[in-house]
Amino acid sequence: MCFKAKQLCKLVLYPAVMLLSILSGSAWAEEAQRWQVNMTPGVTEIGHKIFDLHMLVFWICVVTGIGVFAYLIYSIVAFRKSKGAESAHFHENTTVEILWTVIPFLILIAIAVPSTKTLIEIYDTDDADIDILVTGYQWKWKYEYLDANGENVSFFSNLSTPQGEIYNTEDKGQHYLLEVDEPVVVPINKKVRFLVTANDVLHSWWVPAISVKRDAVPGFINESWTRITEPGIYRGQCAELCGRNHGYMPIVVHAVEQEEYDAWLAERKAKAAQIRELMSKNFTLDEQMAAGKDIYMTACVACHGVNGEGGVGKPIAGSAIAMGEITGLINILVNGKAGTAMPAFGNQFNDVDLAAVITYARNGFGNNMGDVVQPIDVYNFKQGQ
Amino acid sequence: MGEHHGPAKGLSRWFLTTNHKDIGALYLWFSFAMFLLGGSFAMIIRAELFQPGLQLVQPEFFNQMTTMHGLVMVFGAIMPAFVGLANYMIPLMIGAPDMAMPRMNNWSFWLLPPTFLILASTLFMEGGGPNFGWTFYAPLSTTYAPPSVTVFIFSVHVMGISSIMGAINIIATIVNMRAPGMTYMKMPLFVWTWLITAFLLVAVMPVLAGAVTMMLMDIHFGTSFFSAAGGGDPVLFQHIFWFFGHPEVYIIILPAFGVVSHIIPAFSRKPLFGYDSMVYATASIAFLSFIVWAHHMYTVGMPLAGELFFMYATTLIAVPTAAKVFNWITTMFRGSLSFETPMLFAIGFVVLFTIGGFTGLMLSIAPADFQYHDTYFVVAHFHYTMVAGAIFAMSASVYYWIHKWTGRRYNETMGKAHFWISFIGFNLTFFPQHFVGLAGMPRRIPDYALQFADFNMMSSIGAFIYGASQLLFLYNVIATIRSGKKDEAAKSWDGAEGLEWEVPSPAPYHTYSVPPQVK
Repeated sequence: MCFKAKQLCKLVLYPAVMLLSILSGSAWAEEAQRWQVNMTPGVTEIGHKIFDLHMLVFWICVVTGIGVFAYLIYSIVAFRKSKGAESAHFHENTTVEILWTVIPFLILIAIAVPSTKTLIEIYDTDDADIDILVTGYQWKWKYEYLDANGENVSFFSNLSTPQGEIYNTEDKGQHYLLEVDEPVVVPINKKVRFLVTANDVLHSWWVPAISVKRDAVPGFINESWTRITEPGIYRGQCAELCGRNHGYMPIVVHAVEQEEYDAWLAERKAKAAQIRELMSKNFTLDEQMAAGKDIYMTACVACHGVNGEGGVGKPIAGSAIAMGEITGLINILVNGKAGTAMPAFGNQFNDVDLAAVITYARNGFGNNMGDVVQPIDVYNFKQGQ
Repeated sequence: MGEHHGPAKGLSRWFLTTNHKDIGALYLWFSFAMFLLGGSFAMIIRAELFQPGLQLVQPEFFNQMTTMHGLVMVFGAIMPAFVGLANYMIPLMIGAPDMAMPRMNNWSFWLLPPTFLILASTLFMEGGGPNFGWTFYAPLSTTYAPPSVTVFIFSVHVMGISSIMGAINIIATIVNMRAPGMTYMKMPLFVWTWLITAFLLVAVMPVLAGAVTMMLMDIHFGTSFFSAAGGGDPVLFQHIFWFFGHPEVYIIILPAFGVVSHIIPAFSRKPLFGYDSMVYATASIAFLSFIVWAHHMYTVGMPLAGELFFMYATTLIAVPTAAKVFNWITTMFRGSLSFETPMLFAIGFVVLFTIGGFTGLMLSIAPADFQYHDTYFVVAHFHYTMVAGAIFAMSASVYYWIHKWTGRRYNETMGKAHFWISFIGFNLTFFPQHFVGLAGMPRRIPDYALQFADFNMMSSIGAFIYGASQLLFLYNVIATIRSGKKDEAAKSWDGAEGLEWEVPSPAPYHTYSVPPQVK
């Protein structure tokens, strides 16, 4: 991209203009904007408290800074040797030294009081209306809505920015790197508790506008909560280095009215119920081939090729694994293959979809093994391992 | 004066030397080489971040660059630079003929070049070099690490051994070899800050060694210190790491406080305002550094009581630090100031380090840190302390003492140009990072959302300017050594005080064979 003079001008001018307008407390949109220079107060009560605390400390620093730098600049200007300044030889003054120890200490206490109050509120995770289990994976998030009756709704949320945008072959969209296939949906004005954990390495679930950042630690569950006051779409990113695609696991939160949330959840539950029902169904080869092909073309094709000819992944056409023992093939889809690019799909797809795509691998691309894998086969395999 | 002999000839002079000035010079050159290496990694990072999208490198390599940049700068550039300065200057400042353990001194230096060669070679290993950040949090650095992690662990061990030996040597020298009459409360501040730093090193380097050994065990011997599946805890790693890591940042900055406390009085032609309070402030900071480590971990899910303790303890650091800043400025107040390059860098240090201190205070506030943590705001903060703090102080030291080292004068115009270009480049690089951090840009990402693009471009341009200014520095130093104006005056600066200014310039190969008397 060429670097235009106009842009250069903006580089210099905008920060000053933005600094003025933003520090004067102008209204905030929920999304980060170009030339944004300050934290967002966001759309929660806690977020506003955090923001106020941030601004309080900021202004204390500014005022102190003005004092300190004025003193420094005055000394630099007034006592130049080149202007004939003679040095005084005073040193040590207990009163002054006690003063500049005690005054900062008092300021710190003044800051500590509101900080403590806000922190106590952040830590009050009791009495939540909704619990969502958030699990960090390399490199996606899984959300599970915990239900008192055990009717949990769960899904994965992946980056949906096309590779072409990342590698600069396509124009970048407005929400470049901050868009997902399945956002997490929450109702407004309800206390939503996030139970945050990880499956592999550390991650950190962060959405600035709803003022939640919690590290996801494998083997442990951290708690955090939010109560969103305005409907909207709020975006965030993983905030803890988690390997190769750390920069590519965004978070999108849809905050909606209660009715809309209820409808969404009901639809999700119906879908889950449907899958439970399908679990016991016996599919025909044709049904499984059709369903499997759809899944293959979205999840597998990038590595294994349109005709199963392979690429990053091994060929499937004529593959000894695809055409060998069924359990071997189920195993590799469920658990992946360590040390290769083949991920474990066992938790990413339900058993119905897994059964379909496994059937497709055995029978597509001229493999024609003639057998049908049923959801119950995958279920039994998972139970038995 | 006793029997004098000059240095040995040829390469063996450098390999076999036990002379504190030779070893000091080796440390300084080595650290500058590492500064350029770590800097070139930074240039790759900034080049990739010039625009959104992936242009130059892949994310794997980007992660290796951020990791190696941090490791090389902290362990290869800044720490050895101040150890070099300590080696060169402490014996001169306390009137000692050499370091207390000269052979160990040789060994602690010569461990470093092979170690960093080994560390850098991991970039060419299968699976690539360390890619888990310079803080190497488990399990990314254990179960999920590339094979080169074992080599990394080995190099951290050897660096640690080198640092501990260097620190023991410094302690032994300061405690035992001060000239008659130099009581502790008459020691130059650089000596004081290094004495305290050396104790910090001896206290925490073994903790780092413990952390990497536990990683080694987890990786190769089936233990589960940092894996919940085996009864361990990934957060344990962070506690151990930061128990080392927080004192480590003071290990880096205390000697810088020391040199600034020499340079400001020298160019103000006025004694340091509060010597005693400087010593006490340094000791307080060192003590506090041991009880604040978990402020790096506010978001890991500590209990409320722990969170509050670490927040209060951390904010306390502002008190002794503020005392230091007031002290330096009051030293300048009613002085007779001149602004040669060392003074410019020292004033630059005071201004920018103070800004780093302010953002440090902001970061210490736990509720607000939930928004700052792991963003570019943190990156901006610690570069204000590490670069504008430690590295500016280091540049100031080189200009301040180079005449003592070489007997030649550096080019003042070029020195001032180095300062101003560094100052502008540095601020252009790191000031906008406060903004993108607050606006929500996480650290350690190779690619970013579009709204961060403008400030990142500014940041990259600033980084290239700052990087280029260091080549000017290198040129100025080499030109001084080769063809700088000779000047035999013992005192490089009319306002400078201390024993190092009582020996000729350049300082002879052996000095203070007979200790001076300090009144």
